[in-house]
This record gives sequence, C-alpha cells and structure tokens, in this order.
Amino acid sequence: MPLTSRHLLGLQGVPKEDIQLILDTATTFREVLERPIKRVPTLQGKTIVNLFYENSTRTRISFELAEKRLSADSVNFAVSASSVSKGESFKDTMRNIEAMKVDMVVVRHSTAGAPLFLTKICDANVINAGDGIHEHPTQALLDMYSIREKLMKLEGLKVCIVGDISHSRVALSNIYGLKTMGAEVSVCGPLTMIPRFIEELGVKVIYDIDEAIQENDVLNVLRIQLERKAREYFPSIREYAKYFGITEERLEKNGKDILILHPGPINRGVELSSGVADGLNQIILRQVTNGVAVRMAVLYLLGTLN
Amino acid sequence: MKVKSKLIDEPGFNRIITRIAHEILEQNKGSKNLVLMGMRTRGEFLAKRLFLKIKEIEKIELPIGVLDVTLYRDDFRTRLKQPEVSVSDITFNINDKDIILADDVLYTGRTVRSALNAIMDLGRPSTIQLFVLIDRGHRELPIRADYVGKNIPTSVDEEIKVKMTEIDSEDAIYLIDTKED
Repeated sequence: MPLTSRHLLGLQGVPKEDIQLILDTATTFREVLERPIKRVPTLQGKTIVNLFYENSTRTRISFELAEKRLSADSVNFAVSASSVSKGESFKDTMRNIEAMKVDMVVVRHSTAGAPLFLTKICDANVINAGDGIHEHPTQALLDMYSIREKLMKLEGLKVCIVGDISHSRVALSNIYGLKTMGAEVSVCGPLTMIPRFIEELGVKVIYDIDEAIQENDVLNVLRIQLERKAREYFPSIREYAKYFGITEERLEKNGKDILILHPGPINRGVELSSGVADGLNQIILRQVTNGVAVRMAVLYLLGTLN
Repeated sequence: MKVKSKLIDEPGFNRIITRIAHEILEQNKGSKNLVLMGMRTRGEFLAKRLFLKIKEIEKIELPIGVLDVTLYRDDFRTRLKQPEVSVSDITFNINDKDIILADDVLYTGRTVRSALNAIMDLGRPSTIQLFVLIDRGHRELPIRADYVGKNIPTSVDEEIKVKMTEIDSEDAIYLIDTKED
C-alpha cells in the first residue's frame, strides 16, 4: 500500500498507516546499511535537490547519504554560495532549479510553510527537512523508529518532550506523530518555553523534571537553541541546567531506567550532563544511523510513487 | 480465473525436493561449500525444504538465508502498484561459497536478474546455481536454471500457482487460466 500523499510536509494529519509503512520500510533499509556494499539501485535516474536555506550538519548529511545509498543523483544547494545572496527570490530560485528537471526536493527553511509553498509552485515531490518553528517530520519519524526499535512498540508508551517546546519543530512533529501512533505525550520545560494552549493538542504539561522522569518511559530531550535567543527565556544557562538538565545524579535519585533521546547537537552540561550524554542508556548515535534508514524509506516511498 | 489442471500433488512435490537435493549433492560432489538462499516468499520455503532434505541425506546443516530483491527490480518506473519491501536475512559470509538460489517459478528471468545483482552486492560467491520448481518458458533475458523441478510450457494467458503448506493449505502446483471469457 503506497503513502496517501506525494509530499512529506509534516506529521500533522498523516494517517497511522502511513507512519507505520514508513517505519516498517525503514527496517529494510536498516539492513542495507549493515551490508558491505551499502547501496541499492532503487532510485537510479531520479534527481534530488537538497535546498538548505539554514545550516545543518546531521540532517543534510543524512539526507545526502540516504540519496546516494538509493543511487539517486543528488545536488546540494547552500544559500551562502548561491544567487540568493545576489537577491534572487525563493520562488525564482525554485523555478530555475525545477527547469533543470528535478524529481524531488528536500527543503530546510527558516520560514514555517516554505515547503508547502514549494508544492504549489513546482511538480517535484517535496520533503520538509525543517521549516522554522513548524515541523521537522523526518526527525520525529527517526525518533519514533528508535523508540520502537528499543521498546518494541509505540502504542501506550509515555513519552515526555523536554526543553524549549515553543521554538521546537522537533517537538511539534513528535507530538503529532506520537499521538497518532497511540502514545501518551507530555512536555516539560520552563513556563516561558511552553506555548500557550499546548494542552489543546492533547498533551500534558509537567513543570518538574523529576516528575517527568518518574512518570514516563521515554524522555526526548531537546537542544536549547542558543542561536534562537533561547537565553531570553530563562535567567541563566546554569539555572536551566540546574532545574531541567538531565544528570547522572538526577537519574540515580529517581532510580529509574529510562530511555533518553536527543536530536543533537548536544549542549553538554546544559540539557544533558556529559556523563549522561556518554552513558550507555543513550541511543543518540543509534538515532543518527536510524535517521539515514528512515530518510531512505521516505525517499523510496515518495520516489517510487507513480 | 479458473484452474485448468493440477500439475503436481503432495507426493509429487516431495519427490521433486528429494531428486533435486540429490542432484545438487551429486553436481557439487557433496555439500562442503554449499549455502542455501531462498527468494521471498515461496523460494524461502523451498530453501528450507532443501535444507531439511540435505540434512537427512548428509547429516549436515547448511547455512540458509532469505533474499528480498524488491530494491533491485527494474520495473519501478512502469508499474502502477508500489511493491512492498521486506528485509533480506543473510547472516553468513557468501564469499567463495557455492550458492543454491531457490525460487518457485522461472518465467521472464527478471527476478533472477535482480537476485544476481543483490547477491553480488553482498559478496563474491564462487558459483550461483539456480533451482526452480517450475520453468514455464517465455524468457526475456539470457538466464537458465541449473535444477528444474518440472518444465511446463505455458501460454502468456496462463499462470502457475505454487502452493506450499507453510503459507497455504496444501503442497501443490496448479495451472491457472487468466483469460477473461
């Protein structure tokens, strides 16, 4: 059964069957990644453009590798080295790229809704690799894949997203995806970083990190985005670390084996202590590997739709 | 869609497996370097049957794996329906091995072509030998089987339906007419 949409713009409104299909398909590609020759010829002849209007290491490399491992031809576009710096508009840039006959576009942009806009001006399949503070669907999919791989299910699990919920596209995509898959989702962070009316998404709000650790099976700890002026929302980084940072002492005190995820890059000593970041119960690096498999699954499922 | 005839029944099915197992052992002068590989879905069960038969004859358990060739198909751009992928399960090293590749029906040869590419991506076997239960003709590629259960010349309006107790209710092979009347 194919996906119900030819784009992946977010997880809001994506049916359970589609998420299930992506996660199941990713298992296949996980096996491909373990082979000596990590490449299959499936997307031979397809051209994919990676349109990154914002900096990224993990997501961009992950998409690039996923494309190469499916034998697609991929082109990278970095804004700093392009005609955008000469004043070309987003629409004109896209029209020109499309004229070069591309089949798929992976886009990251600081403006929410940029991927949706792309679907209206071009025919290619569009994949959102993060748009402003809106959504980052492939990150949430790989988070869900990693949780499912470790705990064998998603339904009925209690997952808490910790950190700056207001400015996090990872949080929003996780909330939509996890809720659809039947998990119980809560958020935890300083009052200033919890958006108003978040409860309307069916999410519980917790202000005490110890309570969050006690009540949940999984913590998805977000990065404090210092580049997005996160500092304006709490008195000091030290204070944030003291009240919301996950440390070995805190985990020990709560005496609980809890699964911890982090989308990276980690601010060591802020949201996670160095010891926890390096600890054995982390699946952070596993998440990165899974990210390639999940993105291969998304590219495969969209790229082979007729 | 109607059944034209039952080509092979359960005893016949078993006799084929017994004969092929002996042919494989004879051809390879024993089982020393052999590994078995079945193509999803029914080839997987055929490989398992061969595994059990060879174990019975030679008292040896050969390595056995499952190959999924979906990612290597050549019809992604022309098919209307998106094929479902599943995982290959090959946990042993295939370098310098003699691979017995098992599939139920040999038709155009395109699936076998995909399988050859998939295997080459896993390593460099010494030989790849093909076992098919039914060879129904109509090849589109220069591919032949080394071990054939039964040659059944068919027309393109016909279909071969292989049933195996692992997923069906019986061991049997049917000739089906797909012509609308």
